[in-house]
Amino acid sequence: MQLTLKIWRQKNASDKGGFATYPVDHVSKDMSFLEMLDVLNEELTEKGQDPVHFDHDCREGICGSCSLYINGKPHGPLQTTTCQLHMRSFNDGETVTIEPWRAKAFPVLKDLVVDRSAFDRIIQAGGYVSVGTGGVPDANEIPVPKTIADLAMDAAQCIGCGACVAACKNASAMLFTSAKVSQLALLPQGQVERKTRAEKMVAQMDAEGFGACTNTGACEAECPKGISITNIARMNREYFSAVVSSENL
Amino acid sequence: MILDSKIPAGPLAEKWTKHKFNSKLVNPANKRKYEVIVVGTGLAGASAAASLAELGYNVKAFTFHDSPRRAHSIAAQGGINAAKNYQNDGDSVFRLFYDTVKGGDYRAREANVYRLAEVSVKIIDQCVAQGVPFAREYGGLLSNRSFGGAQVSRTFYARGQTGQQLLLGAYSALSRQVANGKVKLYPRSEMMDVVMIDGQARGIVTRNLITGAVETHTAHAVLLCTGGYGNVFYLSTNAMGSNVTAAWRAHKRGAYFANPCFTQIHPTCIPVSGDHQSKLTLMSESLRNDGRVWVPATKETAEKLRKGEIKVNDIKEEDRDYFLERKYPSFGNLVPRDVASRNAKYVCDEGRGVNETGEAVFLDFRDAIKRDTKAIIASKYGNLFDMYKQITGEDPYQVPMMIYPAVHYTMGGLWVDYNLMTTIPGLYALGEANFSDHGANRLGASALMQGLADGYFVIPYTIGDYLAQTLPKSIDANHPEFIKAAEEVKNRISQLLKINGKKSVDYFHKKLGKIMWNECGMARSAEGLKKAKAEIKELKRDFWADVKVLGTNEELNLTLEKAHRVADFIELGELMIDDALSREESCGGHFREEYQTPEGEALRDDENFAYVAAWKYMGENQEEELHKEPLVFENVKLTQRSYK
Ligand SMILES: Cc1cc2nc3c(=O)[nH]c(=O)nc-3n(C[C@H](O)[C@H](O)[C@H](O)COP(=O)(O)OP(=O)(O)OC[C@H]3O[C@@H](n4cnc5c(N)ncnc54)[C@H](O)[C@@H]3O)c2cc1C
Ligand code: SF4
Ligand code: FES
Repeated sequence: MQLTLKIWRQKNASDKGGFATYPVDHVSKDMSFLEMLDVLNEELTEKGQDPVHFDHDCREGICGSCSLYINGKPHGPLQTTTCQLHMRSFNDGETVTIEPWRAKAFPVLKDLVVDRSAFDRIIQAGGYVSVGTGGVPDANEIPVPKTIADLAMDAAQCIGCGACVAACKNASAMLFTSAKVSQLALLPQGQVERKTRAEKMVAQMDAEGFGACTNTGACEAECPKGISITNIARMNREYFSAVVSSENL
Repeated sequence: MILDSKIPAGPLAEKWTKHKFNSKLVNPANKRKYEVIVVGTGLAGASAAASLAELGYNVKAFTFHDSPRRAHSIAAQGGINAAKNYQNDGDSVFRLFYDTVKGGDYRAREANVYRLAEVSVKIIDQCVAQGVPFAREYGGLLSNRSFGGAQVSRTFYARGQTGQQLLLGAYSALSRQVANGKVKLYPRSEMMDVVMIDGQARGIVTRNLITGAVETHTAHAVLLCTGGYGNVFYLSTNAMGSNVTAAWRAHKRGAYFANPCFTQIHPTCIPVSGDHQSKLTLMSESLRNDGRVWVPATKETAEKLRKGEIKVNDIKEEDRDYFLERKYPSFGNLVPRDVASRNAKYVCDEGRGVNETGEAVFLDFRDAIKRDTKAIIASKYGNLFDMYKQITGEDPYQVPMMIYPAVHYTMGGLWVDYNLMTTIPGLYALGEANFSDHGANRLGASALMQGLADGYFVIPYTIGDYLAQTLPKSIDANHPEFIKAAEEVKNRISQLLKINGKKSVDYFHKKLGKIMWNECGMARSAEGLKKAKAEIKELKRDFWADVKVLGTNEELNLTLEKAHRVADFIELGELMIDDALSREESCGGHFREEYQTPEGEALRDDENFAYVAAWKYMGENQEEELHKEPLVFENVKLTQRSYK
């Protein structure tokens, strides 16, 4: 099939950037979306033009690198990662618009590549249990009810892709942050630091310039890993009970 | 140089304890005077960096990814082994050790493997304490499964995302040390060389992938935790960015490369669909527990099927060949990875392969669904079936899956001694980047175990022994060796940019991959290997004369990044061929057609080849020199594997 691609091109962080149009033919429906871009890039290289830059690595939907905003939706029409999207989801003759994530806290570095290190800093603010290597109890010493372990796992599946931020009109990072807060708040291992964790991570999230949450649910609808907004409610509870009893006040 | 493995004396079970006691310690007040560089933040790197920072060392951690959380370890699905014996089914440290040595077809070091089994139990404790949500039973205790044909249930897992959860655990420990100021993180930084002063590793040269700046960093010790090199085959289950560059540059500085030809080919991957294919997707090994592997009994039927003249479900029972069940009645579809892969290749070579390409076999759940109901099969493999459907557009509940073997893991890597130190003093290799524990074939769920064992529980002890003998003086960043090494990297970059030839980097990578897959893949022969060697030499010449790398150094330039990696893969490819040629036996994943039993099984030669092949770099376009580390087996009896 044939497609017309409208792709955001931007030389570097300080460049203004703009759309460029590329016709592509010989697209097979078995190709993944990124393989289609690989083919375009081979053609561009052949013509001596700079290939389109985008982040990607595992191409299995798990590393969270790929991050394209396709036809107005993060990761495109399906609720999956861009690398798991295949061309059979598109029609012959269609025009496809490809943009980077757009959020103040995710500055564009080049073309479709953005800087998501703000997420790392949110985790550094408290997304861990403070145990060092060694000297921990036997793994079976503290039983964890299966339902709780399963809920923690549901939240832990977040791949840190940032689609939730890209989907949100306020560019809020609540879904991402709440997934980690929830995972650790649910498990007995996370109890000791429960209060300070929520407080510190939320403070970092605000400091990075992510917007406020107004409960539109757009994040959940676009999250490729099905992270539920009930995590946001849980984080809000954690946060408010922490603030009320905080020693930091 | 004589290869000294530094294996401690004494009984197997006491070696590690004794060794820890005999290792020198660094005074706690002095630890903060030492700098350690960790390259790579996968399971091995993140766990090492966090643990060393906790001890008080100053750590600098580098990754070419934008975040440590994206390392290839994230993609591991199946699980992690540990000799906990929580299931009371007869597992023990000794049994895990024994299985690993045997599974590796007797080409691994006993002492290393025993230590791995010994510390495996602590890994699970550590991960649980970090909040890794492993699967649990209703009683709240940890759940286990049997994996990859093991006779005991010793595999811990977190749904189909074990690697992800373990890596996020290590990443959280690392993040805590970043917050504490004990680890300085350098994301989107690629290591380009090791810097040596007076024969010791004293730092690295990196390229900042955003600005192109070539920078140098000092340290008292350097740890390479940079993963495996399966992408030398172009198509593999590895992430797109996985590469050999860090290990290869270290090799060129004097670190020996061990058993490079030992690669693992996984039997259950989604087949190639066309030339555009960029990577291969693994389908979990567990599928072979219920799926039956078959191809049409005759070439003619297979041909009709490929042309679309008949449908797969119309092929009658007597026209199907369940070749694994036929050849291996006792193990059937559950034969080890290498045996399953090789047999799939044979039937496809006979012209009985399916899919448009003829390079696929069926994995059929029809009988399992009939026996157990669709609901039960869905509860076991639902997510895998969905993933398969998403990629291929076919529904495995209705038609059999198609699978084909793909490169998955590299057992070879930098040679290390018992302390995980390479032949360069002060330079260590951990995780998939080293060669040490899996011999000629790795067991399922053992790579995650090894990465975390190396990082959490081995290096924190062994590095002290080296550092205690090094003065904690700060290292001069302006030493001529740093300036020289940085210049060399800059020259290489401008050389690549200057060529301005006609062929893309991917053209060379694909071509290399084809040569390696055809001649150094599932079956190898002297004739084919020699042909491949000549082809690779030619490819290397062509690359440096005709590759086209656009853009400049001073920007984010994915083509330039890739050009460096492919240049190194080409050189590694040649060494793999040399290694495969010189190993005149078949063992594990290394199958030489000349050395097989009358039934077509791998034929080992313990008398002549029970050694580690460690290769020394001798200079540009020179043949490398082979050094042998003999393998001594005192605790296991060498037997021929049989799955009949
Ligand atoms: C699809 C798949 C499934 C698997 N499933 C399992 C399983 O179920 N169980 C199991 O035990 N094993 C499994 N494995 C194997 C296992 O995942 C890997 O062997 C293991 O994760 C490797 O970990 P590592 O830390 O050594 O390297 P990696 O995780 O590959 O990390 C390498 C790191 O090095 C960095 N790096 C590399 N080169 C440079 C450079 N030049 N400069 C800077 N940084 C660099 C990267 O950025 C990255 O951070 C699987 C592998 C695959 C491909
Ligand atoms: S919550 Fe979902 S969308 Fe947001 S980063 Fe995690 S996986 Fe991506
Ligand atoms: S490339 Fe890893 S999630 Fe898409």
